[in-house]
Amino acid sequence: MERTISVLVNDRPGVLARIAGMFSRRGFNIASITVGTAEEEGLSRMTIVSSGDDAMALQIVAQLQKLIDVIEVHDISRDQTVKRELALVKVHITKTTRPEIAHILEPFRVSIVDVGHASLTVQATGDVQKIDALIGLLRPFGVAEIARTGVTALLRSGVLESGYAGADTPYRPLIEADATNDDDLFETERE
Amino acid sequence: MYGSSDAAAPAAAYEFVDQMNAGVVRTGADLLCSLLQQAGVDVIFGYPGGAVLPIYDALYSSSLRHILTRHEQGAIHAAEGYARVTGRPGVVLATSGPGATNLVTGIADAYMDSTPLVVLTGQVVTESIGRDAFQEADIVGITMPITKHNYQVRDIDTLPQVIADAFHIATTGRPGPVLIDLPKSVTSGPARDAVLPAPDARGYRVPGHPSDEALTAIQDAIRQARKPLLYVGGGIISAGAAETLRQFARVNQIPVTSTLLGLGGFPAHDELFVGMLGMHGTYAANQAITNCDLLIALGVRFDDRVTGKLQRFSPHSKKIHVDIDPAEIGKNVPVDIAVVADVGLTLQALAADRLSADTGEWRAQIAAWEAEWPLRYRADDTCLKPQAVIELIAKRTRGEAIVTTEVGQHQMWAALFYPFSEPRKFVTSGGLGTMGYGFPSALGAQVALPGETVVCIAGDASFQMNIQELQTMVDYALPVKIAVINNRFLGMVRQWQQFFYDRRYAESRISSPDFVKVANAYGVLGLRASTFDEAKVAIEQAFAHEGPVVIDFVVQEEENVFPMVPPGKGTDEMTLEWEG
Repeated sequence: MERTISVLVNDRPGVLARIAGMFSRRGFNIASITVGTAEEEGLSRMTIVSSGDDAMALQIVAQLQKLIDVIEVHDISRDQTVKRELALVKVHITKTTRPEIAHILEPFRVSIVDVGHASLTVQATGDVQKIDALIGLLRPFGVAEIARTGVTALLRSGVLESGYAGADTPYRPLIEADATNDDDLFETERE
Repeated sequence: MYGSSDAAAPAAAYEFVDQMNAGVVRTGADLLCSLLQQAGVDVIFGYPGGAVLPIYDALYSSSLRHILTRHEQGAIHAAEGYARVTGRPGVVLATSGPGATNLVTGIADAYMDSTPLVVLTGQVVTESIGRDAFQEADIVGITMPITKHNYQVRDIDTLPQVIADAFHIATTGRPGPVLIDLPKSVTSGPARDAVLPAPDARGYRVPGHPSDEALTAIQDAIRQARKPLLYVGGGIISAGAAETLRQFARVNQIPVTSTLLGLGGFPAHDELFVGMLGMHGTYAANQAITNCDLLIALGVRFDDRVTGKLQRFSPHSKKIHVDIDPAEIGKNVPVDIAVVADVGLTLQALAADRLSADTGEWRAQIAAWEAEWPLRYRADDTCLKPQAVIELIAKRTRGEAIVTTEVGQHQMWAALFYPFSEPRKFVTSGGLGTMGYGFPSALGAQVALPGETVVCIAGDASFQMNIQELQTMVDYALPVKIAVINNRFLGMVRQWQQFFYDRRYAESRISSPDFVKVANAYGVLGLRASTFDEAKVAIEQAFAHEGPVVIDFVVQEEENVFPMVPPGKGTDEMTLEWEG
């Protein structure tokens, strides 16, 4: 199954190489990885999307914890999380397709961040399914370029208080995924 | 910055010299030496070069002892030997570029066998890093997958904390190598003296006591077991838990098998000891691991040389795994009771009560296996048997010597035929299987413990991999006894070619120089023995001699190591003798 792993790391040179290197040499897959500054100065939060069975997920967490620059690791695959990805999609336009594209874009609540005579660039934010759906609908018009950030994620409020195992314990009770975990495709996004 | 390049502002340089003369500041290298001494370092194994000139200049007036080897690989294996016999971190120093890359094998070796090392490498000046400067190598990048952690010190102010953390990380938890890369501009630049701070690596946690739940689960499992078996490894030795293990095993009358790295963690002469397990384990140990109903794995990592084919590994047992490294648990073999804790503290907590039911029937079964196929070899009056050499050395040293080995057949014979009864007496390269390890590690062991008898059991091929260290041995008057088990072959390679490649001995026949003459050229006593009687005489002469000795034991060429679990087979599918 797909695994989302949230990793709090020291913001130091080489940390990304340590983590990416560990994944590659142990044969773990990285579907996407996002890095940015975390709530505390000097720390970064990485969100790594991988795949594997429970045993592999435990190994990934345990091997991440062994890295000295890793402060905390949480496999949040089965937790209630907010997961978001940002995508920029440049799509070809003509006089005839432009209104049609605008019509498609409307329910996605995306922003058009750049417009030219032959193409326009859409900025979309949401979960992976929403971005995939949007791109799927735009493809027939001719997609020139796509840039996606990869998923970044945080636990939803309230989850932290209920049985959020610390980094010391790689074995944690599995929390059943809740329906509210899956974002509504046409959920309203605010800029 | 001073010293970083010729273009550095001369005014700053003069100011620095003035301050140095006034005793206000020193160089980064002086600070390094001071911090190493504060960390308890007494000896450094190393080899100088351009990028470490400032450090060597500081060592020149320091009370730190430096052992100059003839190759950086010799230095790091010596440091490993030092670490393995003392439990203290071995410290290595090498220059940038080729000096650093020559350490890579030793670093990987220490990482696989959980040997604590602090490795110091020189680096080009900070301004030149990344510009492919002379003797520049990205040693931090190169060693990332084979160190427990590594650092590059770009700011001298961070050095005290880096040194403190490096020693803490190398020696605690599951020990391992930590590398510190030191640009020349940092070690030659100014520094103020500093007190070694407390370690402060935030992302680093060391497991300690087991949880009460874990202890209860272990106790219940032992109470229910009829055929329990302790499977112990290097973790017992790292944790200093040999004595606690002995008490626990004796009180509960649970038989013990050991990995290669665990030998000495439980006394070989104890009647509960069933010998080493795995690819070249004893018949009784491999039968016991296959048939036990409770496997108590302590400080081990279920290595493929131990488990054989995973599907056939100990199929009837409930499995308890206690290890300080959470990533080892469930990595190769799923376990029923996983305990991330210090194995010594776990054994202490368990040692209080007698838990085990009567294991008499089980022990009788194991004794029957031992009687059915004891460790043995076919005596042959026409040639010298390598196993007989090991037995003679064991007898002469009363099983009390520190024994280091190279890698191959002689290593397995040493493991099987030398009775190790105390921890930290057996120094061998297990995980990486590094030929060239045994001789320099013997030197490091002898440097650490000058009063001990140190024997290096070597192969004719392995010994040649770091034979240049004979001069290091002579320089420091290290009275190591080197027993070359000379079969004119890469013995283990030849054994595999015999079994699995139809005796096509491709490149495994290997020639050697006259080892007696080589020894003599270095001013070392050289002896040769080609028969059992000659071997007896040579061993007597060697151990009566005060200085180092090289003994060339000319043994039977095509002798094999048995028992053997062929690759891809289960531990119950041993080849006990070759009939082909």
